[in-house]
Amino acid sequence: MSQTRETVVKEGIDQATVEMTRELETYKHGFITNIESEKAPKGLTEDTVRYISAKKDEPQWMLDWRLEAFARWKEMDEPTWAHVKYPAINYQDHYYYSAPKSGSKYESIDDVPPEILADFEKLGIPLREAEVLLGVEGAGQTPGEARTDAGVGGEGVARQKVAVDAVFDSVSVATTFKKELEKAGVIFMSISEAIREHPELVKKYIGSVVPTSDNFFATLNTAVFSDGTFVYVPPGVRCPMELSTYFRINEANTGQFERTLIVADKGSYVSYLEGCTAPMRDENQLHAAVVELVALEDAEIKYSTVQNWYPGDKDGKGGIYNFVTKRGDCREARSKISWTQVETGSAVTWKYPSCILRGDNSVGEFYSIAITNNHQQADTGTKMIHLGRNTTSRIISKGIAAGFSDQTYRGLVSVHRKAEGVRNFTQCDSLLIGDQCGAHTVPYIEAKNSSAVLEHEATTSRLSEDQLFYCMQRGLNEEEAVSLLVNGFCKDVLQQLPMEFAVEAQKLLEVSLEGSVG
Amino acid sequence: MLKIDDLHITVQETEILKGLSLEVPAGEVHAIMGPNGSGKSTLSYAITGREDYEVTQGDITLDGDSLLEMDPNERAAKGLFLSFQHPLEIPGVATMSFIRTALNAQRKARGENEVTAADFLRAIREKAKIVGLSDEKLKRPFNVGFSGGEKKRMEMLQMAMLEPRFGILDETDSGLDIDALKMVGEVVNEMRGPDRGFLVITHYQRLLDYVKPDRVHVLADGRIVESGGPEIARELEEHGYDKYIQSAA
Ligand SMILES: Nc1ncnc2c1ncn2[C@@H]1O[C@H](COP(=O)(O)OP(=O)(O)OP(=O)(O)O)[C@@H](O)[C@H]1O
Ligand SMILES: [Mg+2]
Repeated sequence: MSQTRETVVKEGIDQATVEMTRELETYKHGFITNIESEKAPKGLTEDTVRYISAKKDEPQWMLDWRLEAFARWKEMDEPTWAHVKYPAINYQDHYYYSAPKSGSKYESIDDVPPEILADFEKLGIPLREAEVLLGVEGAGQTPGEARTDAGVGGEGVARQKVAVDAVFDSVSVATTFKKELEKAGVIFMSISEAIREHPELVKKYIGSVVPTSDNFFATLNTAVFSDGTFVYVPPGVRCPMELSTYFRINEANTGQFERTLIVADKGSYVSYLEGCTAPMRDENQLHAAVVELVALEDAEIKYSTVQNWYPGDKDGKGGIYNFVTKRGDCREARSKISWTQVETGSAVTWKYPSCILRGDNSVGEFYSIAITNNHQQADTGTKMIHLGRNTTSRIISKGIAAGFSDQTYRGLVSVHRKAEGVRNFTQCDSLLIGDQCGAHTVPYIEAKNSSAVLEHEATTSRLSEDQLFYCMQRGLNEEEAVSLLVNGFCKDVLQQLPMEFAVEAQKLLEVSLEGSVG
Repeated sequence: MLKIDDLHITVQETEILKGLSLEVPAGEVHAIMGPNGSGKSTLSYAITGREDYEVTQGDITLDGDSLLEMDPNERAAKGLFLSFQHPLEIPGVATMSFIRTALNAQRKARGENEVTAADFLRAIREKAKIVGLSDEKLKRPFNVGFSGGEKKRMEMLQMAMLEPRFGILDETDSGLDIDALKMVGEVVNEMRGPDRGFLVITHYQRLLDYVKPDRVHVLADGRIVESGGPEIARELEEHGYDKYIQSAA
């Protein structure tokens, strides 16, 4: 299986992929959907928090939790240590809740307003229970063809089913394949529904990985989160399909504060994908999510993100501010959490998906591709907190900076005094395209146990003119050549992505780098 | 077919080619010999359109069309292939995938259909056998960690797959063992035909034992200083470039 996947990615960089990409415009998801919406009054007060909670029909404990967070947040200061610059955010100038008017959740797909269905369709996200998530034409074809290529299988490769939870502004509008998942005992629903339908589970785990007081943005999220996804996989169950959430910010001046909670019970496995886009707007929009993962004994969670929020225009106007707290807790022995992310969008990104390796012999992985172009800024990385014995972690980060963009990789590997036999491997490569961009690597290591074996490798290189000419002499045009070289540079990470996302990610790489050379 | 007329090339403000003229008619193989640093690789880059190799005077035409305004990939699609003196590595991209991407890019530029996966596989396996590269190598990242000789074999594999109308071999023979030399001869001779031309840059007579040139040119100090039959190569092997360096100076 892993071999097939590797082949798929390698072969995926063929002409078909390149062509698909070129058909995409610079930012294809920039349209605005006209739909009547219901909003909370502008600004953020205790009443806003109560409004959101009431809209969601929440139990008292949830409201209390939110209010406590809000009280804390008012006392906190926005962090300034990240290597990013942006004008001060006026938190009173945003809407904290926006929902399509016709009701927050639709009973069946037929009740979803056609504008929203069309919106997701345009994004290639089928909300009718289709079999491929990223139904970009040919997306399913390229890997299939590639398999033939490698002599594995041939025709009739079964397409994987992907269940989708679609979040439009502040609410989840549709969740697919719920019935089929229920049969396997998997709970996959919006967090609002879960708070009502499975309060005991939510109460037990929410805030247990990212506590209310964790950081400015996480506290804000706790007070005002509007929707997101809840997943629970019962003991011993291997989730029968990929789960995914697709986030879309549509409304102007509206922050999206989603909350995702995934719990993999003992011996279970789940692979979860997350995708995001937003319209092109001149104002900056705020996105401050919290994602919590909990893996119990022998459980494994694979969490993949393709983040393609609107990055702003060529001159740096507009775009999403993406301040995200993502953390996984390998709570019990032999559990495993892998983060894989492809970050191409957002004007400003502040994001450090982390693993707390609490259970003995647990494993944390972080695979990341971050691309910045034009005036984008990204400060991203990971934290691996080794608390248990014989815990291992692996970090592979590929940063590509083009245009006037600036990016920083920040990685913390910390080893607790009592954690014997810890191992970490970190590889951090940066590729610069042009001479106006910057890439910085900031590794932090705190090893309090001398048995730890920590390896760190870092490289920075510039896109090579020699390689470009070589590719062009063989017939590739300049953009195809850049795309091929960048894909090669990122291969170690791309091959970690589920197949559907790998194709999407490869296209994104090319689109993001459009116009970066020549 | 390939015609170079009074070509002047400047690289970083230094004139390297100083009025070079050369004509290779369709169906012929010409060899170029010349001392180190005389401008042989510069000529091959100028023909294939490398950036920073500025044409200050003269013209290069293929089948009567000037190449000067074309990008390297357009020249490739028109049928030019360069076997690099120093081939590059492309990490993370499987050899098979790289060659197929190149082939399809050229075919598309010419308005032809893409090759099917099956046809491509069949062809590359057959040709890999001829150039002496294993299937396993085809799956590895392009040229990464390959030996000098293997990289040269890879150049020949690409030439055989891309089937150019005009091939330039820049010291493909250097670093090759005897069997590989024979292989280069085999590939070129197999491809030789009335519609195809080759320019073979070499320092040694031995390659020309396998690839019999129609004409041999001596390049010294940015110009062709002598042209003649295969006997010139033998003569050079014996006497070296002394006479030309003096005459060029
Ligand atoms: N990019 C460059 N910048 C500066 N000088 C260059 C550059 N490329 C070539 N030259 C110079 O041009 C001259 C010709 O170089 P070229 O590589 O064409 O020689 P050659 O005939 O191929 O030599 P060899 O037999 O060693 O391969 C040399 O003096 C070289 O130093
Ligand atoms: Mg040379």
